[in-house]
Amino acid sequence: MPLIDSGKLVDDAWVRLGDDDALPAADVPVIVSLARFHKDRASLVGRNGGLGIFLASSQHPKDIADHLADFALVALDFPKFRDGRGFTIARELREHLGYRGIIRAVGHTLPDQYLALVRCGVTQVEIPEGRDPALWAHALAEISTAYQVSVAGPLSMARLARHKKTEHAA
Amino acid sequence: MARVTDAPKVVTANRLQDGAVVWLTAAGDWSIRVADAQVQTDASSAEAALGIARASAARQEVVEPYAVDVVVEATGPRPLKTREWIRAAGPSIDAIPTAA
Amino acid sequence: MSPTAAARQIDPPANGLSSHAGIYHYDQVDRDFLKERVEQFRRQVARRLAGELTEDEFKPLRLMNGLYLQLHAYMLRIAVPYGILTSRQVRQFGRIARQYDKGFGHFTTRQNLQFNWIKLVDVPAILDLLAEVDMHAIQTSGNCIRNVTSDQFAGVASDEVVDPRHYAEVLRQWSTLHPEFSFLPRKFKIAITGSSADRAAICIHDVGLIAKRGADGTVGFEVYVGGGLGRTPFIAKKLRDFLPEDELIAYLEAVLRVYNAYGRRDNIYKARIKILVHELGIDAFRDEVEAEFARMPVAQYRLEPAILDGIRTRFASQPYEALEPISGILARARLEDQAFNRWVRTNVAVHRQPGYAIATITLKPAGGIPGDVSADQMDVIADLADRYSFGEIRVTHEQNLVLAHVRQDDLPALWKALADIGFGEANSGLITDIIACPGLDYCALANARSIPLAQRISERFADLDRQHDIGELKIKISGCINACGHHHVGHIGILGVDKKGVEAYQLTLGGSAAEAGAIGDILGPALSADETLDAIDAVVGVYLDQRQDGERFLDTLARIGHTPFKDKVYAAH
Repeated sequence: MPLIDSGKLVDDAWVRLGDDDALPAADVPVIVSLARFHKDRASLVGRNGGLGIFLASSQHPKDIADHLADFALVALDFPKFRDGRGFTIARELREHLGYRGIIRAVGHTLPDQYLALVRCGVTQVEIPEGRDPALWAHALAEISTAYQVSVAGPLSMARLARHKKTEHAA
Repeated sequence: MARVTDAPKVVTANRLQDGAVVWLTAAGDWSIRVADAQVQTDASSAEAALGIARASAARQEVVEPYAVDVVVEATGPRPLKTREWIRAAGPSIDAIPTAA
Repeated sequence: MSPTAAARQIDPPANGLSSHAGIYHYDQVDRDFLKERVEQFRRQVARRLAGELTEDEFKPLRLMNGLYLQLHAYMLRIAVPYGILTSRQVRQFGRIARQYDKGFGHFTTRQNLQFNWIKLVDVPAILDLLAEVDMHAIQTSGNCIRNVTSDQFAGVASDEVVDPRHYAEVLRQWSTLHPEFSFLPRKFKIAITGSSADRAAICIHDVGLIAKRGADGTVGFEVYVGGGLGRTPFIAKKLRDFLPEDELIAYLEAVLRVYNAYGRRDNIYKARIKILVHELGIDAFRDEVEAEFARMPVAQYRLEPAILDGIRTRFASQPYEALEPISGILARARLEDQAFNRWVRTNVAVHRQPGYAIATITLKPAGGIPGDVSADQMDVIADLADRYSFGEIRVTHEQNLVLAHVRQDDLPALWKALADIGFGEANSGLITDIIACPGLDYCALANARSIPLAQRISERFADLDRQHDIGELKIKISGCINACGHHHVGHIGILGVDKKGVEAYQLTLGGSAAEAGAIGDILGPALSADETLDAIDAVVGVYLDQRQDGERFLDTLARIGHTPFKDKVYAAH
């Protein structure tokens, strides 16, 4: 699947590994399920290629909180674009757990959600084949005002804070 | 989805651009008058009509087509369910406030 | 009689906004945002028409912008934040009604305005017109934080402790395109009040807030959660007794996070927060919220007093004149004209400013459609607001309008002008002041029609002497279990059902949306429309027979119970 990072198409070096798939060469970065991680932790951690973890939308960040240092990437599943749990999970990874690696949205998301995903801490999204990547690039610039605090934005009350200086003339 | 019944059927949808109620005609296009609707009397022709309607939806002409049960009267088909005859005839109320 | 010197004017009238209306006046950031949002939706519509978005993908996007596909056309629901409008905004509604609808609009139980005959291709142009007057349709539908509702008497009620409008505006801004909470399990409605009498029905909202003052005078909030109607009605439960003002946003974020993470997504009828609260229990739910709250970087989310001050200064205040508390003109007019006197009794409330009054315009003429207003009527109401109420109009959740700052001296003239457009009915809070959802005449979800039934009840009880004799009695009609007509909390509730393809109506008695709130009890088997009319007559008859001195309908019902009513209604069956 094409991959978008910072609004641009990028190459995807990561391999999504099934629970029974053999490990590829040691320098190929892999994404595994939580079950596979717990089963094969010893062989997965410490390879030269990075390790990524796949989190279903029903799984909770606290399930991986103790192992975050092992992961260069967390893939959050969006089974349907209407399932918004990933937004809260991403923000929680950044805000509460201090995770600094890649957060990738996989599954079904719309370009219309991209800006919100980024503001919640997502760094990459997989997009469907055949879609125009320009839509995602455009989505980043579509709305330039945010009223809320976000992990990707200013750490104050965002645009609510503008009211601190009373702007009668605005 | 609606129960499968033996009643004659017409195929309806809302037009994408303006939301208007439309009915599938014998020519395979859409009319805003239920009287123009082609009545399907057996399951296979109803399914074929739905196929035409779905293809139209895929061309962004209409939204979510489906079949409705009708009774055939002299003036043409009349939907059996209240919801559908209100769709066919418009709101049952005076749509303009009384004391304008 | 010179205007109060301190009255605040935000934008000069040349800007077009009625400068003294008691709303938050947009700044350039808000206007720039709105332009971008309109452009975003314009592109979404274009992508849908071009087939780049499927209907399945487009639907949540259009709903988040207030656009439904109903039975006959698209319906556009316009947000009226906490129910307050300027005259210019109302005139713009009239213009849109003429140009893009069939010449009228419909005020809803969520203090919003709906247009029922909208074309998808026209929506971007309509949004441009709305943006001209700082209005939009953002988050009036969809599984997101909906437009915040409040007390229609905010800022003027004599029983008000804290003015809720400034906090409602904070919530409006905070919830607008919230990145984390735009794809919740289900919709999320917040209501806020600041008075002892709850006119905002906070007990039936996902989150209800009562702004109040602590012992030291500081503002805080009593927080309620998990109220709602629909298939499984619940009265909200108390989450916090006193949430300090500056923690408002942080705490709501914590509530929403718990809901977004744990709310059910497997069954649309079990996805509201009320079900989560019910399944976990309020204590376990509170533990989750408090745990989330405790680990949040609260400083980032702090609602600083300076932010609130800044928002307050963007609310205009009204240049009230120094008036005698009692108006001689009003007193004389009441003596001379019984019809006017009756209107004052039902439709006029006490204002905290001496010599002023709050006038309710019931949009419930005899036999009329509850909440419907024509473009011509909108223009007249806008003019009346300019003349008598500082250019401000409010919408109530009972589908009425309010002019909140009328000089008592002006009430006779105002009433005559309202009567001229059919809105002078003295029926606020009476049996013909009916709430009704659009029902099966328009709505794709409905099982039965609501409006024609409301019209027939209104005709049957049109006699004002009888209405005033019956006194306070609230009838609320929903065309399906989603309960947009609030039937659960009607003194008499009416729910439209589909009985083997035939419309039927189920009656409930004893509901209430006031203070503590109560869900009505089902009276018996569903009835036809004709039988429902007779049943209401029978219920009213039992009340009139049995009531004791000073008892309202609800009082008599509480004293004698349902049985006498049930026996009378079903006697003929």
